[in-house]
Amino acid sequence: MARIEMRNIAKRYGSVEVLRNVDLEIEDGEFIVLVGPSGCGKSTLLRMIAGLEPITSGDLLIGDERMNDVRPRDRDIAMVFQSYALYPHMDVARNMGFSMEIRGEPSDERQSRIASAARTLGLTALTERLPKALSGGQRQRVAMGRAIVRDPRAFLFDEPLSNLDAALRVEMRLEIARLHRRLGTTMVYVTHDQVEALTLADRIVVLNNGEVQQVGGPLDLYERPANKFVAQFIGSPTMNVIAATGAASTVLLNNGATIELPAPGDASAVVEMGVRPEHIDVVSPDDGDMTGRAEVVEHLGSDTNIYIEVEGVGPLMVREHGNIPAKAGDLVGLRVQPQNVHLFARNGTAL
Amino acid sequence: MDNIAGHKPALTWAVHISVLILVLAWLFPTVGLFVSSFRTADQISSSGWWAALFPTEQNEVYRAADPDDNRVADGDVFVVSGNVFEEAGASEKTISVWGTSSREISAYEAGETADLGDGETLTLGEGGAYEWRGNDDQISGRGQRIFATVTAPPEFTLDNYENVLLSGNATDGMTKAFFNTLTVTIPATIIPIVIAAFAAYALAWMEFPGRALLIATVVALLVVPLQLALIPLLKLHLGIGIGKGYLGTWLAHTGFGLPLAIYLLRNYMVGLPRDLIENARVDGATEFQIFTRLILPLSFPALASFAIFQFLWTWNDLLVAKVFLIDATGETTVMTNQIVELLGTRGGNWEILATAAFVSIAVPLIVFFAMQRYLVRGLLAGSVK
Repeated sequence: MARIEMRNIAKRYGSVEVLRNVDLEIEDGEFIVLVGPSGCGKSTLLRMIAGLEPITSGDLLIGDERMNDVRPRDRDIAMVFQSYALYPHMDVARNMGFSMEIRGEPSDERQSRIASAARTLGLTALTERLPKALSGGQRQRVAMGRAIVRDPRAFLFDEPLSNLDAALRVEMRLEIARLHRRLGTTMVYVTHDQVEALTLADRIVVLNNGEVQQVGGPLDLYERPANKFVAQFIGSPTMNVIAATGAASTVLLNNGATIELPAPGDASAVVEMGVRPEHIDVVSPDDGDMTGRAEVVEHLGSDTNIYIEVEGVGPLMVREHGNIPAKAGDLVGLRVQPQNVHLFARNGTAL
Repeated sequence: MDNIAGHKPALTWAVHISVLILVLAWLFPTVGLFVSSFRTADQISSSGWWAALFPTEQNEVYRAADPDDNRVADGDVFVVSGNVFEEAGASEKTISVWGTSSREISAYEAGETADLGDGETLTLGEGGAYEWRGNDDQISGRGQRIFATVTAPPEFTLDNYENVLLSGNATDGMTKAFFNTLTVTIPATIIPIVIAAFAAYALAWMEFPGRALLIATVVALLVVPLQLALIPLLKLHLGIGIGKGYLGTWLAHTGFGLPLAIYLLRNYMVGLPRDLIENARVDGATEFQIFTRLILPLSFPALASFAIFQFLWTWNDLLVAKVFLIDATGETTVMTNQIVELLGTRGGNWEILATAAFVSIAVPLIVFFAMQRYLVRGLLAGSVK
């Protein structure tokens, strides 16, 4: 168990800067999710914690020791790879016990740890199988079992669920959450799937273009995104962002509609307004802030998603709770919930 | 869109025909050698190996038993009876036609009685039993000659192998040469594989300056013909006191085999999933442990295929052995060289040559068939994804 601290970490490949100014403190026992679009540097950051990528500049501390130049095998960290990386010529038990085997730990100790890890993950019946005889979900469990057998100071997960089908992914997500609660070990988890991030994390680190955009709890990111990127990355369906101009405490949209902000403040720097689909209410055509024509209506049972074209504003996505009787081609009125509006300045930062 | 998976390539038949031709081109001489090595010199000269499984027709000359010792009086005539096949012990031969003179070897059918004039008669049955009758004068002197056309059943003999392997005859014997070849081949296969495996791992997975240059050098060495190095290398061996002998031969084979070995193994190892090796690093393995616990077992197909190659061409090698091994005493002669010498001393004795040749190809055949399944990749199934 250990805290992990990153001080001003940067990574360059030649002249290409992959990561810069990463400052992050991960508390002991915390579950941190690194999330971002592909190519944002999240996997590179994880591999730097593991010691598989050299750190160009900055300091990495694990358990208050500087780890920059410590070899991976001396960091006492376990990593679960996206591809699982099971040793194909070893059965499940040997795969799980490999790290203890090469450290020369006694065989009976090893056997009991393997057995208990196998029990935890429901692999007891499979310990003598080779990886090729396992299904995708079972392989994933073995990869996790291999990590927990070691009792390391921290777990690193590199998109561990992305090779699984949807149902299995939900199941394994729960499994990981349970595992974290039971072990209480520091976990760093990389994913591009915001649902995994929101459900698993104590805190989420949103990365884009090699920079940390925002660090915070799942609800913080949802309710108070620091900038337009985070606002659009977190939440599904994606937040609507429309051009707007602000004045005093009102926001003026391009089609002439005005939205009164609940809290008085200076909105003059506003160039865009963001509002989540679930924060727009469907009302009768002439009642709301604006009127548009429904183009596509998706009935999901619990929710209804409507794509609405509003003249002068552009397409808007609206999510209504429950099943509403709208259909494509209908004229609908829209009312924006003013307390849930996000305002962005020209550089994208939230106001 | 015609060549996407699921469509048969247009040239399937060409592939099939080529395979068939290759199989036949390999099978005919091999089976021919194998069959010939179990036949006698007579059989080889009278019919081809493909006829070995069928009865052969031969013209043979027999002589009735010596009348002075064997004749029996029957009234006023004497009779000599017996069987022409007696001494051969081959009771399955049958006689179709026969004669008593070399000009008319098919004068009589089997079972007929030949009238030899003045009451002298000879009867020869299908099974070789004969009865020769005549008066005192006629049944005397030397036994009557019998020319018979004999149909002999297929017959195989182990005599050739006994001659080549067990007789201890210095000129024909292959035993010593066989063990000399083994003495050359086994270390000459193992040493380069061990060295190349280490080198290939370093070139594939360890970061160090000049790695790319080293790989390029190895590839460049692939195209250097070994003949170029024979004399300088021999001079070196003589100069540093290794001289001619097994050690020098092993070193030469190792050196000539290494570029290909490193190249093959490195290319295979570099294709192993990076995640596996990184996972082992995070798991706490040292480079040496990664090499022995992961890389070696996973590279087994590549190691095996190179081992087969190296074994085959050191086994079949004549040039390197002649230069680095065989000296005037002939004590260290290898099988290839022994066969060359047999061609000189026993050039006409095909049965000896065929047997010697088959002895020399038997081991490569066994090695190939025992190891060929490792040539098929598939050990990585289930490791990633």
